[in-house]
Amino acid sequence: MEAILAVIIILMIAGSIYTLHARDLLSAVISYGITGFGLVICFLLLKAPDLAIAQLVVEIITLIIMIAVIRISTRKDLTEKTTIRVEGERYVNLRSVVYFVTGGVFILGFLYFFIQATSVLDPFGVHSVRMASVYIEQGVDLTGAHNLVAGVLFDFRAFDTLGEATILITAVIGVLTVLRLKGKK
Amino acid sequence: MILYILCFILFLVGLFGAITRRNVIKIVLGICIMEYSLNLLLILIGYMEDGVSPIVVKGGESNFVDPLPQAMVITVIVIGLATTAMLLAIAIRLYKKHGTFDIRQIKNLKG
Repeated sequence: MEAILAVIIILMIAGSIYTLHARDLLSAVISYGITGFGLVICFLLLKAPDLAIAQLVVEIITLIIMIAVIRISTRKDLTEKTTIRVEGERYVNLRSVVYFVTGGVFILGFLYFFIQATSVLDPFGVHSVRMASVYIEQGVDLTGAHNLVAGVLFDFRAFDTLGEATILITAVIGVLTVLRLKGKK
Repeated sequence: MILYILCFILFLVGLFGAITRRNVIKIVLGICIMEYSLNLLLILIGYMEDGVSPIVVKGGESNFVDPLPQAMVITVIVIGLATTAMLLAIAIRLYKKHGTFDIRQIKNLKG
């Protein structure tokens, strides 16, 4: 189980690295699909069928929106060379140095927090249900839903779902506003 | 533990892309990759060995995986779709105004 998941996540990492390095934006978006559909398979293996369905739908919609954006704009990526040639001599591009140093600082900071966070976690496969034990024991009697995820989503934590719907409506209003506005020349 | 580390590497790939790329579309893709790795990490934490999916069947086993992170991650997935659509709308707006996706040439942000 752990080995299969590790192989799928390594595939996802490879796909996302190619996404960031592709010269063509269309192939970048298509290889971004590797990450999303690998995530769907991971959810299925981790016994989360509801999530797999939701992720599949969201992934396809995202892919369609991104391809539409690329169709009405450009496909060319902007490449940046790490070295510049000035009068035959090679110089290192200072901007790329700044980028890589910033990336390194951020990565080290997140690594520290990751070590701090995972030191208190259970190892993979061992999980002690603390908060959800009530949901598991009495969920069917209290809500009438045989799918516990749906029960938690729409009954025990219904206000979270209400907030989610609010965010969705706000985003739709924002997209409509941004796309309909006439820009100043 | 190896799965948590791989998940973290996926997060770092997305973060690196969001920081170092100069194309707006690539930055959006990096942010989406970070969000995917976070979803995967939450579900990995809630998984139990030999657990079954949290759907109650009469006479079935009751060794369920944790339903709480699954319910929360569904919310996160839908909100992620909304933020991605918003980011892409802003990107296409920038392209129509400036004619490029290069964040270095998009300097005139006011008005």
